[in-house]
Amino acid sequence: MASKALRIRDLKRTFITPEGVDLRLELGSAGSRAGAFVLDFIAMIVILVVVTFAVSFTAVPGTQQFLLMLWLLGFFILRNGWFSLFEMGSRGATPGKRLMGLRVVARDGARLTGAAVIARNAMREIEVFLPLSFLGMQTAQGTADTFLVLFALTWSGLFLFFPLFNKDRLRVGDLVAGTWVVQTTKAKLSTDLVGGAQRPRRTFPEAALKLYGIYELQTLEQVLRNDQAEAIATVARTIRHKADLPDDGDDWGFLSDYYAALCARLESGLMVGRRRENKFE
Amino acid sequence: MNAPIYPEMDAPLVNATRFRQAHSADWERLDELVTRLEKKSMRSLSDDDLLELPALYRTTLSSLSVARDTSLDKALVTYLEQLSTRAYFQIYGVQTPARRQIARFFARSWPEAVRAIWRETLFCVLLTAGAALVSYFLIRSDPSWFYSMIPEGLAGGRDPSASAQSLRSTLYDGQKDGLSLFATFLFTHNSQIAIFSFALGFAFAVPTVLLIIYNGLMLGAFVAVFAAKGLGFNVAAWLMIHGTTEIFAICISGAAGIRIGMAVAFPGRLSRMDAVVAAGRTAAIAMAGTVIMLAVAGLLEGVGRQTILNDGLRALIGATVLSGWLVYFYAWRPRSAEHGQ
Repeated sequence: MASKALRIRDLKRTFITPEGVDLRLELGSAGSRAGAFVLDFIAMIVILVVVTFAVSFTAVPGTQQFLLMLWLLGFFILRNGWFSLFEMGSRGATPGKRLMGLRVVARDGARLTGAAVIARNAMREIEVFLPLSFLGMQTAQGTADTFLVLFALTWSGLFLFFPLFNKDRLRVGDLVAGTWVVQTTKAKLSTDLVGGAQRPRRTFPEAALKLYGIYELQTLEQVLRNDQAEAIATVARTIRHKADLPDDGDDWGFLSDYYAALCARLESGLMVGRRRENKFE
Repeated sequence: MNAPIYPEMDAPLVNATRFRQAHSADWERLDELVTRLEKKSMRSLSDDDLLELPALYRTTLSSLSVARDTSLDKALVTYLEQLSTRAYFQIYGVQTPARRQIARFFARSWPEAVRAIWRETLFCVLLTAGAALVSYFLIRSDPSWFYSMIPEGLAGGRDPSASAQSLRSTLYDGQKDGLSLFATFLFTHNSQIAIFSFALGFAFAVPTVLLIIYNGLMLGAFVAVFAAKGLGFNVAAWLMIHGTTEIFAICISGAAGIRIGMAVAFPGRLSRMDAVVAAGRTAAIAMAGTVIMLAVAGLLEGVGRQTILNDGLRALIGATVLSGWLVYFYAWRPRSAEHGQ
């Protein structure tokens, strides 16, 4: 049960490069997608307000027509171009997406084309801007009755929450454009737990190494890398108890040696085609 | 410390260690290049760096494949995954320069996309014409129909009760002061409608079709009002100067929406997803093109129509621009397109 629930929430997706290697991309979560949109939206509103004030304060009589024209064009470009122009750039992300570590990618692994970017963003028109302007217009005229508000909310809700109803977190725009949004991560090369320190290591009886599989090994790796005294003590105690090994007072040394020995053993198993996933196998 | 409880010996070597020793220099080098690309641009790399990049990328990719199969060091696999992904985006995700993209759009993508949706475009043109004829004859036979089709604000006094004199003046007396502002407003407004009808196509194209029909109805209604006062040719010329471009653009954007709706409803041999994506990308190019057409229409309407008062000239300009579009979209085949890429 638990493992099934985990698999559904798993956002890793197969993404084969032209060289035939699967990069296992991680999709952006609904939360960070929403966060990125809110950031972009706020940025757009701020720009709009600032420019509008600047225009209305600097207007010299006689230039109002011209400034108003520029404002109209600017508003049009801001509304329709903000997302598209940024996503067409080499970063494939709007400022909001960059801050949230997201990036737009073509689902088929090909280059992200301008057509795809335009398609995915033109769809925002019915997802967000239509219900918004609808609501705004009705409120401005004072005719926003409950039915209209309800309709606008249902409409935008339908499209707004669309990403939650499919496993790939696709917006309607992503669906039409053949894109998806992935999480970009950046990591440093971690230290080598085994080869990093050349020293004599403890050896363990065969029975003690037969206890665990790959899953437990990688959990142990996590514990060692996190380097938290309490966790290390707990894990060391558990392993000693299970393997019936004596305590020599050096938890970290014990665990890292046990890790090295277990890793070497499991890897030699891999070489002959025996892959032991976890302790139950 | 007490005497060692455990027997000790030299560290066992694991694959990750050998692997890191052999290749970590390459990975770190790739990491450095990619980081520089991400922060700055292509220009921050020297020619040597650029030559090195693909080779390092392939080394890292094969490291990733080997590490997945032979190493149990999870942090190492994760590191190689993210490094390969970042390098992949820098190598394959790089866009062609904007100038070449724009040139390509005008030379090939745009006319090709419009050609690809010619059936839907023809359908929209016929729909507009049909709706215009229906409303024309309805209003000629019973002028009260006019009020149920055109909202009062839009009519601006141009309704069946207006005198021939006042109607005539709306055709020839431009408000000189707000020319460019008016044109800009029309451009942004119409473009928004074009983008909107593209997006509405997703709902099985029904709203898009309604939008096109309504556009045709309004067209017929206005012509009917003027024709009733013997101003038929005058209003046709008044509409033509920008209308040929504008109505054509609206038809294309409607066609773009319909293409998406049809792909959703009848995907044909492709899977529904693939059909929608193919339709969406073609339609997006056509739709982006209509924004340009509408800018041209805005110029013709806001500037051309206000300064050119001769009916014959107005009609001539309208017809010339339309035939220009038709040749560009359907007749003109650039040589590069024939030879393929």
